[in-house]
Amino acid sequence: MTRDTTVTAARAVARSFYWSVRRELWEHRAITIAPTGIAALAVVGFLLGAGRLTNVVRALAKPAGAGGGEALMNPYAFVGVAVIATGVFVALFYAVGALYGERRDRSLLFWKSLPVSDLTTVLAKAAIPIVVVPALTFVLLVVADVMMLGIATVAVVAAGLDPRLLWAHMSPGFMWLVMAYGLPYVALSYAPIYAWLILVSAWARRGPFLWALGVPLAICLVERLALGTSHFGSMLIGAFTDGIGEAFSVNGAGEAPIHSVADIDLFRLAANPHLWIGLVVGAAFLGAAVRLRRSAEPI
Amino acid sequence: MACIEARDLRKAFGATVALGGVNLSVGEGRILGLIGPNGAGKSTALQAILGLTSYQGELKVLGRDPWTARDALMAEVCFIADVAVLPRWMKVWQALDYMAGVHRRFDRQAAEGFLAKTAVKRTSRVRELSKGMVTQLHLALVMAVDAKLLVLDEPTLGLDLLFRKQFYDTLLNDYFDHSRTIVVTTHQVEEIQHILTDVVFLNRGRVVLDGSMGDVEARFREVLVGPDAVATARALNPIHERRMFDRNIFIFDGTPRDRLAALGEVRTPSLADLFVAMMNDATPRGRETAT
Repeated sequence: MTRDTTVTAARAVARSFYWSVRRELWEHRAITIAPTGIAALAVVGFLLGAGRLTNVVRALAKPAGAGGGEALMNPYAFVGVAVIATGVFVALFYAVGALYGERRDRSLLFWKSLPVSDLTTVLAKAAIPIVVVPALTFVLLVVADVMMLGIATVAVVAAGLDPRLLWAHMSPGFMWLVMAYGLPYVALSYAPIYAWLILVSAWARRGPFLWALGVPLAICLVERLALGTSHFGSMLIGAFTDGIGEAFSVNGAGEAPIHSVADIDLFRLAANPHLWIGLVVGAAFLGAAVRLRRSAEPI
Repeated sequence: MACIEARDLRKAFGATVALGGVNLSVGEGRILGLIGPNGAGKSTALQAILGLTSYQGELKVLGRDPWTARDALMAEVCFIADVAVLPRWMKVWQALDYMAGVHRRFDRQAAEGFLAKTAVKRTSRVRELSKGMVTQLHLALVMAVDAKLLVLDEPTLGLDLLFRKQFYDTLLNDYFDHSRTIVVTTHQVEEIQHILTDVVFLNRGRVVLDGSMGDVEARFREVLVGPDAVATARALNPIHERRMFDRNIFIFDGTPRDRLAALGEVRTPSLADLFVAMMNDATPRGRETAT
């Protein structure tokens, strides 16, 4: 192939990938609506609680210098947890239906009548939980934080207080840096979970949700009865919790949350063998899903 | 180059043989009717041609192996199964955007032009459209693709007579030209008979008749025979006999017209009657497929 045709072919693949992702978002509107709705609710809640916020700042203004400034950061942490958890929740639900719904509603035959490969389709579907949801989560958190900082500043000024009292306790840049650092890592550490759900969705003829839960539980049970151990179970729990601990706690120890730029260590994250093992397993699951999709039929 | 070239195409589902060695050659610019009773293997054959199912034997569609090159093949092949396959959640404008995005041979303006002649609105969801409108939408999408092969699997199932007629009229007038090939299966044989250039009868996974419409019309004759000539007619080895009112209708394969003219009125059998005649026949009579 000449260089030109290679470039054209690559562009065609990129185009069909892009439109495949867009069509997933058209079909599964909860992916965008749910986290956006939660973020909006949080901002509204914050607005309603602006009175309490000015009380805290007023206390800080007293010459005695009462503590409590740290509490000013709590709403931001709360919004972060709420939006991230919502994103993970919709991503899990999306993944378990990713290749199941199209077989169920017979639209599979329409999708397969178009020049989009099974690989592109599966990768686009995997990109929703692994790339799109975390990216959306980040954007929503930045927007929500900016709005909350704006609301807080206006409330403080309106109460006749010095906004510097508030801002002394705010560190939005660091907050966003931590998100930009931790969210991709958590998404990658969840990748094998999403890939497993996508594989089940490609294979189950009914009840993909039950299969997705049932198979791992059955393995746990057999291990427990046969060997008396529960390594598989702790590995599963680790798959859900380790990534979060690694990314958001000091040295990944899961004790103190990171609180300074010095705690940010990309090399430590990238050197974690669990991440790479998980990615290899996830890639194998997705590869199997591509094979299954090739011979998939409406159910 | 033939558009579709199949040699000894086989497919079995467990003990059930869906295709038992099908040979098929469809040239460019033909409109082939693939006709057979339920379970004859029509859909399996079409799925193999579209790369939707694996198979044994040799199969080339537009020079490609459909099973390993489905996505490349689909750049030049369009497919309408029955109306249920368009995603029900999709809006019409989304379907247009998506097709324009993934299909480099899709002409969006052409699709919008076809849709302008229907009552389908751009903001409607597929689930809000009637069955006939969904087919109109699908046909508009497909006709806007500059494809070389169009595969239609029972495309008008469940539609009323007006929509069915309009479907085939639109296809012939606005789409078909002699650089395209169409393969169609349907149970409504009489409705497509006049548009076909070629016909293949499939029964129990085998080709029992394969030829151009001209060949078929030259080969088979139907004779309306009065009671006094019935014995003579039977002696000429008809492939099928049926009774209608006071006359017997015989279908002959290859018997010269002048020998039949003495028996009664000689006509060309309709495809539907020929189909019934050949499916009732226990031993397959088709000559070997010309390849």
